[in-house]
Amino acid sequence: MNIATVFEIALAAVVLGLAIWTIAVPDTYSATVGFIAYGLLVALIWVRLDAVDVALTEAAIGGGLGGVLLLGAAARLRDTEAMTTEGPSLIVRLSAAILSASIAAALAVTILLLPDPAPTLAPAVVANAGATGMTNPVTNVLMAFRGMDTMLEKVVLLLAIVGVWSLASDQAWGGRPGPRHQADPNGVLAFLARLLPPAGIVVGIYILWTGADHPGGAFQGGAVLASMWLLVIMAGLVDTPPVRSRWLRLILVAGPGLFLAVGLGGLCFGSAFLAYPVAFAKPLILSIEVAMLLTIATTLGLLLAGAPERSAER
Amino acid sequence: MSAVTVFGLCAAAAVGLGLYGLIANPQPLRKIIAFNLLGSGVFLMFGIVGRRGAAAGFGNDPVPQALVITGVVVAFSATALAIALLLRLFQIAGSTTLNSRAAASARSDPSGH
Repeated sequence: MNIATVFEIALAAVVLGLAIWTIAVPDTYSATVGFIAYGLLVALIWVRLDAVDVALTEAAIGGGLGGVLLLGAAARLRDTEAMTTEGPSLIVRLSAAILSASIAAALAVTILLLPDPAPTLAPAVVANAGATGMTNPVTNVLMAFRGMDTMLEKVVLLLAIVGVWSLASDQAWGGRPGPRHQADPNGVLAFLARLLPPAGIVVGIYILWTGADHPGGAFQGGAVLASMWLLVIMAGLVDTPPVRSRWLRLILVAGPGLFLAVGLGGLCFGSAFLAYPVAFAKPLILSIEVAMLLTIATTLGLLLAGAPERSAER
Repeated sequence: MSAVTVFGLCAAAAVGLGLYGLIANPQPLRKIIAFNLLGSGVFLMFGIVGRRGAAAGFGNDPVPQALVITGVVVAFSATALAIALLLRLFQIAGSTTLNSRAAASARSDPSGH
């Protein structure tokens, strides 16, 4: 047993411990913190599995934005916790435990009995990499070979934001999401909110740009940009925009809109929906990614800000 | 024991734990967290399958990786929608219980709780 295996077993044990903590601890706030730590360590597992693109995404979501979302909800719902202590009966919990344990056992057996040699699409990805002019295989799959999935994923983001907004009360419709944040203008938070965003914006754009050839891409870069925006909002330096704002809605549809337009262009001038002409593949993909970066950053920030709560005037 | 086996068993356990939390925990926010745990386990399984499919100079099959990235984003937007629904329920009803009898008694008692 070498040192890497010892490290892997220790990592898996800590991740499992955090998962048990997340489910078993009575206090919701502690469970949320446990889940954030779990997400960050799962990102390490993804690095060990040689999937750095996924690790970046998991760290940005599981440990970062998802953590902010869950912590915010846990803080707002803290008062209700005392009222809902009555759990399901012992029989229900026992049957749930038996069901969960048998499903986990079945999955574990499946993992141990996976076919050998394993099926793989990696050679097909290598064989077609020349068609796009990019060398990051994951970006190739996301933007070209399985471009349809990525486009529909952007539509899902759009639907989620429509769903969140439609939960606004009648008075707040079209208004600003979330509470107005106040922070000490000379405090640490306001200081960091002035110091970090210039560097964060450069890092976000770099992650997008390097995604063509190295791990990174529009989603990871967008998550960094969204977190910079949220930092500035939470420090009270800017307010959330009113959701009826036209430029905001334009940015939200820019990514999926351009993707759809390019896809339809492929139908008219090329061989199929989303078929890029080989000569323009890289410029087209890059322009879609730039539009997607803006859309993703705005959507993630607004999903975290929540439903409109205040009228736009205040 | 290889990395695939270690992390694969870990993923199976995460799925089981998430499913148990989803059924057994009465609080909606805890159900949302448990569901995310379940999803994270499923994503890890994809990673295991991709890792076993390492070929052509890649350490992990790029196709499952791309599917997982898409899945993570979709899971996040579903979580954000679920939490917005929950906060709205709390705003209107003053409680977040999923028990219909308790919710009815909370509504009929105007002094709150």
